[in-house]
Amino acid sequence: MARITASVYTSHVPAIGAALDLGKAHEPYWQKVFSGYEFSKQWLMANPPDVVFLVYNDHATAFSLEMIPTFAIGTAAEFRPADEGWGPRPVPTVIGHPELAAHIAQSVIQDDFDLTIVNRMDVDHGLTVPLSLLCGQPQAWPFRVIPFAVNVVQYPVPSGRRCYALGRAIRKAIESYDEPLDIQVWGTGGMSHQLQGPRAGLINRDFDNAFLDRLIADPQAQAAVPHIDYVREAGSEGIELVMWLIARGAMSERPPRVVHRFYHVPASNTAVGHLILENT
Amino acid sequence: MALDKPYLDVPGTTIFDAEQSRKGYHLNQFCMSLMKAENRTRFKANERAYLDGWPMTEAQKQAVLARDLNRCIALGGNIYFLAKIGATDGRSFQQMAGSMTGMTEEEYRDMMIAGGRSPEGNRYVGEDGDAQAHRQPQGGAGRSRGSGGSGGSPDAGKA
Repeated sequence: MARITASVYTSHVPAIGAALDLGKAHEPYWQKVFSGYEFSKQWLMANPPDVVFLVYNDHATAFSLEMIPTFAIGTAAEFRPADEGWGPRPVPTVIGHPELAAHIAQSVIQDDFDLTIVNRMDVDHGLTVPLSLLCGQPQAWPFRVIPFAVNVVQYPVPSGRRCYALGRAIRKAIESYDEPLDIQVWGTGGMSHQLQGPRAGLINRDFDNAFLDRLIADPQAQAAVPHIDYVREAGSEGIELVMWLIARGAMSERPPRVVHRFYHVPASNTAVGHLILENT
Repeated sequence: MALDKPYLDVPGTTIFDAEQSRKGYHLNQFCMSLMKAENRTRFKANERAYLDGWPMTEAQKQAVLARDLNRCIALGGNIYFLAKIGATDGRSFQQMAGSMTGMTEEEYRDMMIAGGRSPEGNRYVGEDGDAQAHRQPQGGAGRSRGSGGSGGSPDAGKA
């Protein structure tokens, strides 16, 4: 049977991708960000997954205002890096796992979560920046990826409670897949940031670190935190953090092993948070 | 019955909800069109003519021409869509975000390196933090208030 071995959490700031792609990673400003991922790259090589179920959000790239699904699962064989207006990132095409994705869709929808099944979709920095942070700049990504897009752009977005419960449904789906695959679930986005209006640039270290503490030790309590607390405390775009609760919900009910924790301000407009949790 | 929108009293912040999305539909779809290189070229060649091809309000068109992102957001724009205009102009997310505060690019970057904007005084309308309406525009533009600088419009935080 397939099993979930670990979950990885990270911000997905577009400027991080640009820094890598434009050869600026050695600059002191960016070294402070990338230093937090050196351990993670080694860890990933020592613990290679067959498939990563990658929770992220689309930033007005694949989904325009014509339609924005709340939860969308990518069931295609491959996904191309999108042109977000600056040209596509020079990173490998993302190879999917259509059989497992279809299995998860079937199971999770029957558990009352209304997923949209997507067979054609370009993926933006929300998905490719986490891959770059953990894998560097390879010729091909070292595992298959199931993209799972969550609407956190157009309010109302799904609640933390619903995201956490969805994670549990995803766990049940993965654990009922017959092939013996090692799977990691990644939750991306955040941490505190606001990209708009006179309050742009908001950062809240206390909120972010309390979020990390509770995500590890008491995710149920964190899942009960309402949207408005994220907006008020962590900025209008800090709401992306609800996506981390999907990955956390996919973990075992036993306390996880905290393998790595990193926090840094800033990357462009954003606080960077990163966590690796292993199932015990 | 009016729906509960607890986010209307956050200063300097407009939440892109279903109502804003309705108002901004054509504005945001215009922005999406700039993801194609040929459209970026046409837009740059004659911005007014390109905008006239979209059923946007005159106020929305003027806000785009002026690159007044606070105004665009008040009129239904969303930052991830508006970012396509920034990409067309060759501007980064940090430059775009900074432009909405009235700060210069350098002032805004320095604020971020120093740890970002504090939430203190910036949680509720009526406090005294630097994102409050009565303290706009920020940075150098605020110190030379009245000289007609762009960005940081004082009413941008109102719903």
